[in-house]
Amino acid sequence: MEEKIIVAGFGGQGVLSLGQFVAYAAIADGKEVTWLPSYGPEMRGGTSNCSVVVSDQQVASPIISAPDCLIAMNKPSLYKFVDKVRPGGTVIVNRSLIPDHVERNDVDVIYIDAGALALEAGNAKTANIVVLGAYLAKSGIVSKELAAKVIEDKFARKPKVIPANLKALELGFAAVR
Amino acid sequence: MKKLMKGNEAIAEAAIRGGCRAFFGYPITPQNEIPEYLSKRLPEVGGVFIQSESEVAAINMVYGAAGSGARAMTSSSSPGISLKQEGISYICGAELPCVIVNMVRGGPGLGGIQPAQSDYFQAVKGGGHGDYHMLVYGPGTVQEAVDLIYDAFDKADQYRMPVMILGDGMLGQIMEAVEIPEFKDPATFPKKEWATDGTGFGANRRIINSLYIEPDVLEEINHRLFARYAELAEKELKYEAYMCDDAEVVLVAYGTVARISKSAVHTLREMGIKAGLFRPVTLYPFPEKQIAALAAKESVKRFVTIELSMGQMIEDVRLAVNGAKPVSFFGRTGGNVMTPDDIVAVIKEGK
Amino acid sequence: MATVFKKTELLTDTPFSFCPGCTHGIACRLVAEVLDEMGEKGNIIGIAPVGCAVFAYKFFNCDMQEAAHGRAPAVATGIKRCNPDRTVFSYQGDGDLASIGAAEIIHAAARGENITVIFINNAIYGMTGGQMAPTTLVGQKTTTSPLGRTVAANGNPIRMAEMLATLDGPSYIARCALCDPANVRKAKQAIQKAFRNQKEGKGFSMVELLSTCPTNWGMTPVQATEFLKSEMTKIFPLGVFKEIE
Repeated sequence: MEEKIIVAGFGGQGVLSLGQFVAYAAIADGKEVTWLPSYGPEMRGGTSNCSVVVSDQQVASPIISAPDCLIAMNKPSLYKFVDKVRPGGTVIVNRSLIPDHVERNDVDVIYIDAGALALEAGNAKTANIVVLGAYLAKSGIVSKELAAKVIEDKFARKPKVIPANLKALELGFAAVR
Repeated sequence: MKKLMKGNEAIAEAAIRGGCRAFFGYPITPQNEIPEYLSKRLPEVGGVFIQSESEVAAINMVYGAAGSGARAMTSSSSPGISLKQEGISYICGAELPCVIVNMVRGGPGLGGIQPAQSDYFQAVKGGGHGDYHMLVYGPGTVQEAVDLIYDAFDKADQYRMPVMILGDGMLGQIMEAVEIPEFKDPATFPKKEWATDGTGFGANRRIINSLYIEPDVLEEINHRLFARYAELAEKELKYEAYMCDDAEVVLVAYGTVARISKSAVHTLREMGIKAGLFRPVTLYPFPEKQIAALAAKESVKRFVTIELSMGQMIEDVRLAVNGAKPVSFFGRTGGNVMTPDDIVAVIKEGK
Repeated sequence: MATVFKKTELLTDTPFSFCPGCTHGIACRLVAEVLDEMGEKGNIIGIAPVGCAVFAYKFFNCDMQEAAHGRAPAVATGIKRCNPDRTVFSYQGDGDLASIGAAEIIHAAARGENITVIFINNAIYGMTGGQMAPTTLVGQKTTTSPLGRTVAANGNPIRMAEMLATLDGPSYIARCALCDPANVRKAKQAIQKAFRNQKEGKGFSMVELLSTCPTNWGMTPVQATEFLKSEMTKIFPLGVFKEIE
């Protein structure tokens, strides 16, 4: 098993932390993982992305040729990476910011209104966690329960935000299931 | 217990565990997490952290600290390492141990801030003025970087020379699960009789110096240094030969690029192409005999050196292969990084 | 026979390599005497510069490090931070301290590094053969200002003591002249004060010593001493520029 994911969006949308949640959950599940961010000035106000590789074995390349899954949080990111997704792979589109239809027939496309579901969860900043839920529902790479535990750990210092994030995870998960 | 950590931070923590108690550095991207981490962490363990006024000052603070017996370290990225070359040459001349981390970015000049391997020549051939080398490691994973820097201070003390960790922007930024080793016990560190600890007087006073006005004396020093480099080549070589037993095409790569190449090897094997990977871990000393032995194998038809540069390590590969087999090159520069598929395409085309 | 004068044991028996009439030897002796009188034997790390005092590591009878040109304050910083109980001093000339090492001295002073800097200002590069220094006087002839230093081409000399005294870090900054016995005695007192401050943990101290270079100035030692007194002190006034209690 080796799963390669690219998460991309605007700086500030939580794309790097979305990738980290996948990485932390996979580690907690006993898997090997690499998380590689884009870095530098392009992050500030521009687009930001990270590559996450989850595997049963030690990860060789952290650089991804053809992702199994693309999570596109904004329009420029969708167009930057969509053609790289491997045939049979998955594209998760943040419907709140991307009205476009994905023009590929050889990939599964999931449209999710992350912004609206985040508001429903009670915190507009949880859109990335909504998408995390959707991704886990689709990929089954780690359990929702494990991801919830990672969220609780990572927000241990800000316990107030935990309920909204857990709700966001549930809503995203349910939207795909 | 393994922990997910960013490369730069894991390296910084492992340095402390390995005995580092003094850090001097100047901010530059993409290695800032190292000084940032150490600025908080070193005081907690009774160590010294100074953000210096320049890289030049930083390496000279390392000189002073190392000369007086401390386990000292600096880190930087390419343009900053260029500035440090003066001090590195003096440190080598004065035979002082220290650890230097270079998270390489694209050049020349101000270049970019994205990953590169274009400081290979600078790192392994000397870099500053004069005849010298240092022990240079090119770790491929965060765990390997952790393990190497953990022991780097021991090696530096043992051979009385700098040890350089030659990483790249990716190695610093990547997060992987790592096992951080236990603290080394300073009581086990070798006593440095040569260090200027301040107690010197008369016959037992110590001098840290790289000035030798008499040609015969300086020549002798040069020979002494090179005898030590020969010892390094004998005792400290590290490398990985991966799927090279039956390989027809051997990729040669180090650091992060070696990982990308490893994935390419997997794909090529699935396609029925007998590819292997030779990965030097010590870049100086260079595993030339091992490459020469591969070149002598009948099964090996050719070598392809893969680097994030216009081709630097390839010169050492060619020297080792010594004409026995063709050696070709594939590289990306400017901060661009090849994907495994890019490498697969190059090999498939027979380039 | 009664001993009436004895060389301090904090100087080695190595003969000084300085030219006849040069005041470097006086400066070295003063530093060694002060450290000896303070009982610092076996508790000192000195830093030699690049310049005429490059061989200072041969003269001072203590642990010594030879620094790259101008970098002595950085080297001293590394040493002192890792050995806070030792007495650490750098001994630097004007090219070393005021030109190539300007950044290092300013920042060591700004950080208030608890070290003592002995700054020999003889207005010229001696070791390399008499080139213009940042402290060369306007009109002074050197091998790289053969018609005399001009403001248009080279600007004015730098007054390091005054400049560093504007910083908050230093605890003591003084300028003295090694031109006659009275001034030499004053210089010794300043050096004592500088090292005492370090012992008391007060922070950075520097004593600038106006010195002669008869060889490269093209003068006899007596003429050079006169030049120092009459000309150099006009541009580099003597005194204490910073002192905190």
